[in-house]
Amino acid sequence: MSVNLKTNFAGIDLNNPTILASGILGVSKSSLNKVIESGAGAVTIKSISLEVRKGHETPIITTFEAGMLNAVGYSNPGAKEAAQEFSNLNELGAPVIASIIGQKDDDFKQVWEHLAGCGFVAIEVPLSCPHTPGFGTMGGQHTPEMSENITKLLREISGLPIIVKVSPNNPNMIDVAKAAEAAGAAAICAVNTAGPGMQIDIESARPVLGFKIGGLSGPALKPIAIRCVYDLYEAVKIPIIGTGGITTAEDAIEMLMAGATALGIGTAVYYGGPEVFKKITEEMSEWLEKHDYKDIKEVIGLVHKH
Amino acid sequence: MKYEKINILPIKKIVENNAFIKTFYFEHQLEARPGQFVWLWLPGISEKPFSVGYQSNNEFGLTICQVGNVTKKIFELKIGDKVGIKGPYGTYYEIGKSKNIALVGGGYGSAPLSFLAAKTVKNNPDVNISFIIGAQTKNLLFIKPEDFNQKIKFYFTTDDGSVGTKGRVTDVLEKLLSENKIDYIATCGPELMQFKIIELAEKYKTDCQISLERYMKCSCGICGQCVVDPLGIRMCTEGPVINKELALKISEFGKYHRGPAGDKILFSA
Repeated sequence: MSVNLKTNFAGIDLNNPTILASGILGVSKSSLNKVIESGAGAVTIKSISLEVRKGHETPIITTFEAGMLNAVGYSNPGAKEAAQEFSNLNELGAPVIASIIGQKDDDFKQVWEHLAGCGFVAIEVPLSCPHTPGFGTMGGQHTPEMSENITKLLREISGLPIIVKVSPNNPNMIDVAKAAEAAGAAAICAVNTAGPGMQIDIESARPVLGFKIGGLSGPALKPIAIRCVYDLYEAVKIPIIGTGGITTAEDAIEMLMAGATALGIGTAVYYGGPEVFKKITEEMSEWLEKHDYKDIKEVIGLVHKH
Repeated sequence: MKYEKINILPIKKIVENNAFIKTFYFEHQLEARPGQFVWLWLPGISEKPFSVGYQSNNEFGLTICQVGNVTKKIFELKIGDKVGIKGPYGTYYEIGKSKNIALVGGGYGSAPLSFLAAKTVKNNPDVNISFIIGAQTKNLLFIKPEDFNQKIKFYFTTDDGSVGTKGRVTDVLEKLLSENKIDYIATCGPELMQFKIIELAEKYKTDCQISLERYMKCSCGICGQCVVDPLGIRMCTEGPVINKELALKISEFGKYHRGPAGDKILFSA
């Protein structure tokens, strides 16, 4: 393969632009390692809160013809145990991004104090989860003020690149991203799951999910994610991790053309297992070669140049 | 794109195996293999994974032990009540060309092995089966030899000697292994029992498959809750049935597992 897939965002070098999205497989260090061995350019851990959280009642995920709804509810072992789980991350073969959640500013600070020594290369803050009371859009966190505050706070105490993950639902998405950029965020991750949506089992006349409602991901989310990345590319200068429904190499190229520098991949693991990273990367390379591109960077934001 | 179909099925029959275990029967062509599991959804309440304990052409049974709130709700179900079933999922026991097999079940772990025993009698009639079943006491045993083909040789052990041999299933297994009578072991039950069985399988150079139970959550292979250290493989997909060689590479086997929050929980002897 003669196409260069190496990319760089927020000062982080990636062997390829694929990044494991937060919430998928990222419970343990060994799981991250498996995903890296399966070809991911970087990985994001499942979000960590200060306290232990068991998450929502099962079913936490339900699938349908065009994607998936999830209402995991941020289950995690809490920052103290997470610090042990994710120790010495520099032993792994690719960069690892932290994902931190909290309800108050101080929660974010305290979580980071636990995780500071682990070896994370960046911190992502999902202020945009649509299905967990007290957090994200259900906690009123998807605002320019919150985006600014948390970015500043975590930048100051960590010195690391901060990534703000935005919601595709809210008309203020651009304002949230601009506030993050102005506060010194290094990148925007677009997008979190959409909705929330609901699936009803008509035989039992009940919502399927334990929490009744859940965030929409997978192929159904893709056109919305593409539009959001397209809009953000016009609005901010910092790089964008395009996330939402990328399942194939063609989806990945489309996302890059919309303006993404890196690609978040999550729900695709349902369709193709952890090996989906290698498959998407190889097929991206083939596609680019066939279309006479020498470097993946040539297609980033290409649609804006016409 | 693919998706997981939920089959809403009425309960056809309920058998009370003992005070803590019931088997729920459904009319449905499940086409599971021994060791695989299904997700049982109680609409509006919860969803949990259960291994298949019985299967015929058009019926299957789930042998369920009451261990928590959700199984308590399941125990309240009556014939005709409807539940959601997804599956089957996961890996399964494969006896291969073995001729003398030992099935070693502890507690409700005997359920998937009874499915394996029944299937082996039917499909591989020339295979000799030794079925070793352990329980704390007589009242907790639920496998009845009279329900099976007479060719299966049953061995019962109880902690208190109330039925069968007083002692452990591993004592019986080691005796059979030392007599050179076994070329394949399938086991299911408490993890420390399975750990001991893997040690015996190693000692006697015998093929062995275990069923490694880990907390499962998402039902579709993406949440990472059932991933084991240090391999990073999912027990819902690359498990739960794994062979000896793989089990020996899992450093947490017999030591710890993860709870619903992803927190490590140690096994105590």
